[in-house]
Amino acid sequence: MIPAAFDYARPRSVDEAVRALADAGEDAKVLAGGQSLMPLLRLRLAIPDALIDLGRIAALREIRDDGDAVVIGSMATHHQVIRDPLVRAHLPLIARTTETVADPAVRHRGTFGGSLAHADPAGDLPAVALALDAVLLVRSPRGEREIPAAEFFVDWMTSALEPDELLVGVRVPKLGPGWGVHYEKFHRTAQAWAIVGVACAVRRDGDSVAEARVALTNMGPAPVRAGAVEDAVRGRPISDDSFRSAGGHAADGTEPPSDLHGSSEYRSHLATVLTARALAAAAAA
Amino acid sequence: MTWPDQRAPPQGRLSVKRTLSTPRRPWEKRMPRIRVEVDGATYEDDVEPRLLLVHYLRERLGKVGTPVGCDTSNCGACTVLLDGESVKSCSVLAVQADGADVTTVEGLGVGGTTHPMQRAFHEEHALQCGYCTPGMIMASLDLLRENPDPSDDEVREGLEGNLCRCTGYQNIVKAVRRAAKDMREPAEREVTP
Ligand SMILES: Cc1cc2nc3c(=O)[nH]c(=O)nc-3n(C[C@H](O)[C@H](O)[C@H](O)COP(=O)(O)OP(=O)(O)OC[C@H]3O[C@@H](n4cnc5c(N)ncnc54)[C@H](O)[C@@H]3O)c2cc1C
Ligand code: FES
Ligand code: FES
Repeated sequence: MIPAAFDYARPRSVDEAVRALADAGEDAKVLAGGQSLMPLLRLRLAIPDALIDLGRIAALREIRDDGDAVVIGSMATHHQVIRDPLVRAHLPLIARTTETVADPAVRHRGTFGGSLAHADPAGDLPAVALALDAVLLVRSPRGEREIPAAEFFVDWMTSALEPDELLVGVRVPKLGPGWGVHYEKFHRTAQAWAIVGVACAVRRDGDSVAEARVALTNMGPAPVRAGAVEDAVRGRPISDDSFRSAGGHAADGTEPPSDLHGSSEYRSHLATVLTARALAAAAAA
Repeated sequence: MTWPDQRAPPQGRLSVKRTLSTPRRPWEKRMPRIRVEVDGATYEDDVEPRLLLVHYLRERLGKVGTPVGCDTSNCGACTVLLDGESVKSCSVLAVQADGADVTTVEGLGVGGTTHPMQRAFHEEHALQCGYCTPGMIMASLDLLRENPDPSDDEVREGLEGNLCRCTGYQNIVKAVRRAAKDMREPAEREVTP
C-alpha cells in the first residue's frame, strides 16, 4: 500500500534535527533506517504529519571508544555494528545478537538506535541493552539527558522518549575480562522475530559463576531483567544442574503474551529452557 | 533533492520551521526534487516524499523488473542494490535514494548478454513462477560481494530475507554456488558449452 502523505525534512546535523523535530510538533516521526517504520506507514498503522530523516547525519553513525564504555551512534546500522572492531572486541553480545536480527538487506538499513527507540517487545536488542546496563543518550530543545536502559523500555512499543526527543547514541559499559556472553533466540524460520530470546553474560571465577546478567525478549510488553535467575546462579558451580535450576526462575514475575506463535504458558516454559542453555553457553564461551 | 539539503534554500521558499509547522492539506505537500542514477542512467524527478523507491522504479521509470511481493518488508522480491548494498526497495523512500546509485535486475548484463548470475539461475532451474527471482538475484550478488565462495549454508543464510513459494530453494542454492564459481573463474566458464 501507499503511505499517507507527510512532509519530509532531511537535516544535516543533530542540532538541525532537534530543531526540525520540535518544530514539526507531536505528530512528526523520526525516520532512522525505516525498517520498522516503513511497513507501519505502508499499512497505515502510522500516519505521521512529517518525517525527520536522520539518514544524512554522519556524526550519528559513529562508534567510538569512551574509556570503560563504547558509545554507539544511534544511526549505526546493524550491518556496521556487526563488523565494528570496537563492538566485536568489547561488546560481543551486541555483535552476536545483531547477527540474528532480520536479514542482510534489512541489516543494511536498520539501525541500533532505531531498534531501541522502536521498543518492540520482540526486538532482540532491547534485552541486550538491558543486560549490559546501557545508557541511552537523548537530545531535545531542553538539552541533553541520559536514560538507563532499565527505565527506557516503558511498555509495548513505548519508550521513555518524549515526542521531541532524539536518541543520539547509546553508551554501553565494556565487559571486562572473564565474561562470556550468549544470545539464545528461539524462532521458527530464519528471518523471523524471537518467540522468546535470552540475552546472557556470565563472569566466571574458577569453576563457579561469580556474576550473571540475564534479560529476556518477548516475555512481556517490554524486555525484562531476570533478577531471580541472576540471584539463583550467583556463586553456583558451573554445571548443567545449577543452570537448569537457576533457569527455572526465568519466568518469575513475567507476563508473557499469548499470540499466534505461542501461548503465555508455552513462552514461560520456553524461557526456563532457553535460559539454562544461554547460561551454559555463556559460561563456556 | 533541492531542499532541505546542503545547498541554500531557494529564495522565497519556506524555512524548516514554516514548512513543518504551517498546516497544509495533504495534496499541498512539498515535492522534493531527487537525482538518482539507475542502471547507469541519471534521472531527475520531483517526487512526493511518500513515494516508495520501488514505485518510483516501476511507475516513473518503467523498471518493472523489480516486483512488489508484500506489504511487510518480508519477502525480498523488491531487492535492489543501493550504492552497492542490497535493500528492500519497498522499505526505502525515493527521497532517501537522492544522490545514490541504484542497480536493479534490469541493469545486469550489458548489450544483450546475461550476467553469470542470471545464466546460473536459468541453467540450474532456480525458478518456477519467477516472481522472487529478481530479488533473489540481487540479494545473491550482494552475498557474493562479501563472500565470493559461499558454502550451501552461507548461501541459505545470505538469502534468508528472500522468500520463494515455488522452488524449495535447493536449485537457488545450486545456482548461486555455480554463479560464484563462474564469477571467480570467468575464463573457465567460457569454454564450458
Ligand atoms: C523482515 C524484518 C525482520 C526483522 N527481524 C527482526 C528481528 O529478528 N529482531 C529485531 O530486533 N528486529 C527485527 N527487525 C526490525 C529491525 O531491526 C529494524 O531495523 C528496527 O526495529 C528499527 O530500526 P530502524 O533504524 O529501521 O528504525 P525506523 O524504522 O526508522 O524507526 C523505528 C521507530 O523508532 C523511532 N526512532 C528511530 N530512531 C530514532 C531516534 N534516533 N530517535 C528517536 N526515535 C527514533 C522512529 O520514529 C520509529 O517510531 C526486522 C525488520 C524487518 C523488516
Ligand atoms: S515487496 Fe516484500 S520485501 Fe519488498
Ligand atoms: S519461483 Fe515462484 S516464488 Fe520463487
